[in-house]
Amino acid sequence: MAQAESNYFVPHGSYWPITGSIAVCSLMVGFSNLLNGAMWGKHLMILGAVILIVMLFGWFGDVIKESESGTYNNQVDTSFRWGMFWFIFSEVMFFAAFFGALFYTRVYSLPWLGGEGTGATTNSYLWPSFEAIWPLTANGPGEIGGEFQTMGAWGLPAVNTALLLTSGVTLTWAHHALKANHRGQLIIGLFLTVALGAIFMVVQSIEYIHAYKDLGLTLGSGVYGSTFFLLTGFHGMHVTIGAIILFVILIRCIRGHFKPENHFGFEAAAWYWHFVDVVWLGLFIFVYWV
Amino acid sequence: MSTTTADDHHDEHHPSGMMRWITTTNHKDIGTLYLWFSFIMFFIGGFMALIIRTELFQPGMQFVDPQFFNSMTTMHAIIMIFGVVMPAFTGLANWLIPMMIGGTDMALPRMNNWSFWILPFAFTMMLSTLFMDGGGPAGGWTLYPPLSLQTGDALPFVIFAIHFMGMSSIMGAINVVATILNMRAPGMTLMRMPLFVWTWLITAYLLIAVMPVLAGGVTMLLTDKFFETSFFNAAGGGDPVLFQHIFWFFGHPEVYILILPSFGVVSSIIPTFARKPLFGYSSMVYATASIAFLSFIVWAHHMFTVGMPLAGQLFFMFATMLIAVPTGVKVFNWISTMWRGSMTFETPMLFSIAFIILFTIGGFSGLMLAITPADYQYHDTYFVVAHFHYVLVPGSIFAIIAAVYYWLPKWTGHMYNEFWGKTHFWLSTIFVNVTFFPMHFVGLAGMPRRIPDYALQFSDYNQIATIGAFGFGFAQLIFLWLVIATIRGGAKATDRVWEGAEGLEWTLTSPPPYHSFTTPPNVEAELGLASHK
Repeated sequence: MAQAESNYFVPHGSYWPITGSIAVCSLMVGFSNLLNGAMWGKHLMILGAVILIVMLFGWFGDVIKESESGTYNNQVDTSFRWGMFWFIFSEVMFFAAFFGALFYTRVYSLPWLGGEGTGATTNSYLWPSFEAIWPLTANGPGEIGGEFQTMGAWGLPAVNTALLLTSGVTLTWAHHALKANHRGQLIIGLFLTVALGAIFMVVQSIEYIHAYKDLGLTLGSGVYGSTFFLLTGFHGMHVTIGAIILFVILIRCIRGHFKPENHFGFEAAAWYWHFVDVVWLGLFIFVYWV
Repeated sequence: MSTTTADDHHDEHHPSGMMRWITTTNHKDIGTLYLWFSFIMFFIGGFMALIIRTELFQPGMQFVDPQFFNSMTTMHAIIMIFGVVMPAFTGLANWLIPMMIGGTDMALPRMNNWSFWILPFAFTMMLSTLFMDGGGPAGGWTLYPPLSLQTGDALPFVIFAIHFMGMSSIMGAINVVATILNMRAPGMTLMRMPLFVWTWLITAYLLIAVMPVLAGGVTMLLTDKFFETSFFNAAGGGDPVLFQHIFWFFGHPEVYILILPSFGVVSSIIPTFARKPLFGYSSMVYATASIAFLSFIVWAHHMFTVGMPLAGQLFFMFATMLIAVPTGVKVFNWISTMWRGSMTFETPMLFSIAFIILFTIGGFSGLMLAITPADYQYHDTYFVVAHFHYVLVPGSIFAIIAAVYYWLPKWTGHMYNEFWGKTHFWLSTIFVNVTFFPMHFVGLAGMPRRIPDYALQFSDYNQIATIGAFGFGFAQLIFLWLVIATIRGGAKATDRVWEGAEGLEWTLTSPPPYHSFTTPPNVEAELGLASHK
């Protein structure tokens, strides 16, 4: 809510935003050229990534310095909270697009291709032998991408579910420690969370290698492979980012940052981590399980 | 808690020249950047429209080849939507929202800078595709696969440019929400906010909800093209229609993103020149929220002809027609505001009245298009082109122009030249109708859109439309000149500028101080309200 007593902090001019634009633009132009077959695109991408990392260090460094020197008042804190909340909402909607694609293919387009409803003629003229069953093991009506087996839910994915849920608990445990000013428990809890995230990524990599090597399940494995790898892949990317964020928070905790009553940086990272957890539960249920 | 105030910054040495604009965290500077960017893109996108109209002046192929013609229609749309209307509204939001709610600045000033400074890079990427192997994107701004996947080297650039613009829009929208929810002066309760602030709050919510969905959809296009996925490939179990669903789940809320802030602008201007408070303020707020809600459940009316189950067609038809109810509430409220008011007709008021009439025409043709069986006839004809240009040009663009005339004296401290403003208005209004009204007729007669050639019987109306388009285009040069002239000089504007103007922004000096309200104003006293206790 609006506040009367305190004046708002408006930062100085900053070179970081334009640096960020140059970085992301270099990454995008480099990647586009690479996709079009120009190998020099790789070098532009590396340059863009380096500038991006410098920019992230610089920008967040400024914010941390301002925060630790007590520049921010409660109203600024509230702005950050709204900002992070709506950012996470936008991420939810990004995943919603891919979940939507998964549901649409499972509920509508595959049954239609199998001859249900108005799809009868498509099925009988184009792919009379195609039967719509999920998970798709026949690899779509056109049999593109070759034979494959689907990923079961109760092997590595179940282990990953346990890992992420436990990491949510350790993170909450660390948060309680921060509020009670128990620095030792805070650092142990955060360290465990980051470690669990890292183990999750290792297990995910093993799962991908297993999919490609043993199951024949690749990005090219029809719409099952498309939805499987894009959903789990983008989730994995978010776990990686979340773990890096938590790692930075861990370093800051070791250096004595944050106060029991004022630690939004920690909370923002925790919100993000819980969001990644919840997305995983959706993945586990709809991609692996049912 | 330390209280470093914005005041401290007055004494600081700002970087001068280019660097001031590149590094700025000030909402007014950033608003100015957005508005100028939008203005420049308006002329680039308008130039493309004139290429289209030049080719369509006569049947047969005259000036450009079909591929280039199609990339002009595609680029014209992308630029006008993402490069003109959206940045213009964000520019207005930047300039006005902190002043309207009694705040110091935007809530997240550094991110505000980045939201803007993404745009020149994103549009350089987008425009550069015109010079690549295979030309620019030519499958329409909707990027339907499989056609869009046949784009040449341009495709990844187009997709990443859209991602980049999406980042800008989302950051801009987050900033607006945080500003409105957190930066209001004491006493500026939600239901006292000017409607421009309300409509932007709801628009920002729409942006945050749908821009990521577009990002997801174009990402699937990218992986279908380069990484062997089958999202939109029936042979792999996917469906090209899936892209259309994803696209329009973004696309329909997007059209409200392009119009809701216009409603806010018009709702500010009409009470001023009718010298009466806005009729039905709270119903306006609820109507805006209803429109935003409905915008999420009507998307498939863009795809009636693509093949959908009957139940789907009926649902989307009736849901679409429902939108006419809250929109009608708004139109009647504007008319009731003018009813028995002491009206004067300065340029912003003229544009606002034209907005009501011409936007309503576009709304009615939208209702016609909502009727599924009728849409089978209208789909992909010039009738659709006429419809959305009526809601976007004399709708969104007129509202933006009205806003500029209305607040320019506040921003610059100078009055614009009323004679040239009115000249600009009459030329724009006449030519916009000359351009787009005939398109209804050729569309109903069956002329398809996005085709560089047409049957002989459509010639007369197409020639009229082309003449109108050139007239409208050149009339905008008056606007450009007028804006520059007003910035450079002119009669001094008073603080209130307009006799009937209400709102906190008019209590500041003209031009306003660099930081708007460094100490929160007394809202109740300034607005002459009874205390809220």
